[in-house]
Amino acid sequence: MSVGVLLLVHTAFDRAEQVARIWADAGCPVVIHVDAKVSGQEFDAFKAALSDLNDVRFCQRHKCVWGMWGLVAATQSAAEVMLAEFDDVRHVYLSSGSCLPLRPIDELRAYLDARPRTDFIESANTAEAPWAVAGLEEERFTLFFPFSWQHRRWSFDWLVDLQRRLGVKRKLPEKLVPHMGSQWWCLTRQTLSAILQDPRRADYDRFFKSVWIPDESYFQTLARLYSTQIESRSLTLSKFDHHGKPHVFYDDHLQLLRRSDCFVARKIWPKADRLYQVFPDNRGEEVNQAGPNPSMIDQLAAKATKRRISGRDGLYMQSRFPDPHFESGVTAAPYSVFQGFSDLFEDFESWLALTSGCKVHGHLFALDRVEFEDRAPVYRGALSDSARARDYNPKSFLTNLIWNTRGERQCFQYGPQDNQANNWLMAKDPNAQISVISGAWAVPLFKSNSNFEDIRRDAAWMQKQEAEFLKVLRSPWIKAKIRIWTMSEFVDAPVEPLQVIVDEIGTYPQNRLTWLPKMTDLTGFGQFVQNLKNQGMHPHLLGEFPVDPQQPSPQTPSRRPYLVQ
Amino acid sequence: MGLWSTYKLRLRRKRYLLRARRKARQLTSVQDHTAQIKPGDTLLVCTLYNEAIRMPYFLRYYRDLGIDHFLIIDNDSDDGVMDHLEGQPDISVWHTAGSYKAARFGVDWMNALQRRYCHGHWTLVVDPDEFFIYPFCDSRPIQALTDWLDAANQRSFPAMLLDMYPKGHLTDQAYQSGQDPLEIAQWFDPGNYTISTNPQLGNLWIQGGPRARVFFEDVPKNAPALNKTPLVKWDRSYAYASSTHSLVPRGLNKVYEEWGGEKTSGILLHTKFLDTFTEKAKEEAARNQHYAGGAEYAAYAKALKDHPELWCEWSEKYINWRQLEILGLMSKGSWA
Repeated sequence: MSVGVLLLVHTAFDRAEQVARIWADAGCPVVIHVDAKVSGQEFDAFKAALSDLNDVRFCQRHKCVWGMWGLVAATQSAAEVMLAEFDDVRHVYLSSGSCLPLRPIDELRAYLDARPRTDFIESANTAEAPWAVAGLEEERFTLFFPFSWQHRRWSFDWLVDLQRRLGVKRKLPEKLVPHMGSQWWCLTRQTLSAILQDPRRADYDRFFKSVWIPDESYFQTLARLYSTQIESRSLTLSKFDHHGKPHVFYDDHLQLLRRSDCFVARKIWPKADRLYQVFPDNRGEEVNQAGPNPSMIDQLAAKATKRRISGRDGLYMQSRFPDPHFESGVTAAPYSVFQGFSDLFEDFESWLALTSGCKVHGHLFALDRVEFEDRAPVYRGALSDSARARDYNPKSFLTNLIWNTRGERQCFQYGPQDNQANNWLMAKDPNAQISVISGAWAVPLFKSNSNFEDIRRDAAWMQKQEAEFLKVLRSPWIKAKIRIWTMSEFVDAPVEPLQVIVDEIGTYPQNRLTWLPKMTDLTGFGQFVQNLKNQGMHPHLLGEFPVDPQQPSPQTPSRRPYLVQ
Repeated sequence: MGLWSTYKLRLRRKRYLLRARRKARQLTSVQDHTAQIKPGDTLLVCTLYNEAIRMPYFLRYYRDLGIDHFLIIDNDSDDGVMDHLEGQPDISVWHTAGSYKAARFGVDWMNALQRRYCHGHWTLVVDPDEFFIYPFCDSRPIQALTDWLDAANQRSFPAMLLDMYPKGHLTDQAYQSGQDPLEIAQWFDPGNYTISTNPQLGNLWIQGGPRARVFFEDVPKNAPALNKTPLVKWDRSYAYASSTHSLVPRGLNKVYEEWGGEKTSGILLHTKFLDTFTEKAKEEAARNQHYAGGAEYAAYAKALKDHPELWCEWSEKYINWRQLEILGLMSKGSWA
């Protein structure tokens, strides 16, 4: 006989009984503490159910409220009974009614026999290693906490606030260095009795009665005074979520639990019949001497916490709807916006698709319809090409598209004639790469067969729209990757900008662009610009175009016709 | 939120509760097994009209999920629905010939029953064509979820309505009583949902899916709301405001995270679109008992004539909850 078990029980008595039997049947004495809040009737029934077991004792009952002293008092009472009544016990294992031994108790006993002087208690110095559950780290020890955080939150918060303002700072009893860690430990008789029989125990108890969550710090701190060999980890597998609530294990965790090689796990859902049926389990091996290795479960818990705290970037759904001011992760993946390129180049979309390997759409925000790749009527995620549906919630449209296509970069054309609702959203989105050839909207007007008066009016309107967009793109709050050229700059030297963009987004590794998109014929464009000016509409976003009609040739970028005076 | 608006919401809640009490007089108990309800039982509340064909599978599905007692309001069905309910110890039935519309689309009746029988119970409110799924629903009964919600001090749980539909014409495959409707309506729209917030009650307003895509393409604003909060640890002071889309007090609607994280959520698989739907749409359009003057059903009746297929190239075939989790339609949150 070497291991004694303290069992803290407050609910699910059928399972608690089952667990007590598992321990007792393996020859471990068990001391049970039942929460004083449990009715006398339930307590008597529970006690009666276990009356056939010789080495099971019940200790004095205390009222246990989460985060309060009662849990420590309960542990102390149970430990005192254990030490007084069972002389053979060398290790005392603190456990609860919702803890379940995963491996045969003999394996635990062998493990402890091989480490007879070791205290297994997670105990981290609060000053050096701030504890995982944020807030109130140092202050747990230096303020007073007479109110329950769970039941009297308002009073709790009020008093903490008041004490902070008054500058309350309790002095720790001499020699104590605050340590914290998992509530579930396994201590040697030597260490545990030293803690319980310390002549200064009354002082320590008085101090810890006003500490917040003392069950995570009382034994963890005091063990440091007496233990000769602390192994700072818990033998009980127990994970917490971001609110400090324990993770619960269900039947579908069976394989994970089995592979963890942990001796005891908490907390088990009381109705997880399969787990209670299977464990403790020896994995079909003769003797398993492996130490606990809960890394898979650690990962599971870490993922869950990450999902709850940061979630999936760019996802908007029923239980994740970031505030408009929440700036990180506007969209799910990088995408590119091209303004003016398809005006200047006749085959820009197909060229970009072939050169970069990305999905290239037309004007997604065109007024009459959504121009999906190949002008599909429906696209990924069953997005409709209806402009009305899109304009009903343009933000959802864009974030949905990017979410639905994650893994494949999306590129789309944009222009002053399109719905401008997402200008700010895109400009503030680090995933957006926005390239603008300003003034290129003049090209379709130049090619159009409209009356000049209409052209003039459209040009003025589009210039105004584009100027608004450029103003957004030049604001100090932008996070997108933005490049802006005037049309004259771009026409002058188109190769390098195209090269830079394709290098940045392309999926194929390549050195130099082997072919360029076909630039539209600009013969007479200079005169067109001059005509606009003559009509009093000054197209300042285009840059300088001389009246002299000369066709630029992007294929031979060394020629710079527009620099000729 | 100012004192005045808080007070107005309180009045609104009181008004709903008063309405519920008034409309409760329209309900006559047909079969009362509510004495069987034990503390801690999970309850289901449902209003139905001529849905007998769906009952066998519906009851089996929810019994398997772990529902302990069904509270059913029969809005004057004439298709023999009682044959499926009569004598079942876990089902209580009320009958009413009252107007569905005047009872705010059944909400007043349900609020009344919930106030009376569901206080302190986790209560699921669904229609006969809605199937509730949640993370791990294939391995954990609904009590696992509600126990976890209790431990997390969470009083309500969201489950967006996901419209399911068959490939091909709705009338191509005939639904048989007892059959899993998902065998026919296997497809859904994976990523075309639009979301905005309702500043008054704090709930999200979600629209989209095949109904918005096909029936309401030109008037997307009128597309039906898909956000729902069907599972609530009921208290007699609570009331559903508009169907199960929103509740008062408004804190119950705060089922989403605003600062980046994901809360846990489920889905209501909505199997309205079976061969029975064409008939139902005509019937309901004539009955004119639905929201917005039955405009929804009028739109269906009209569109179904010339736009027979909901399926499209980018429809997704339903596999399980994990698929919906990956698609981002629901979330495990911190439940692992």
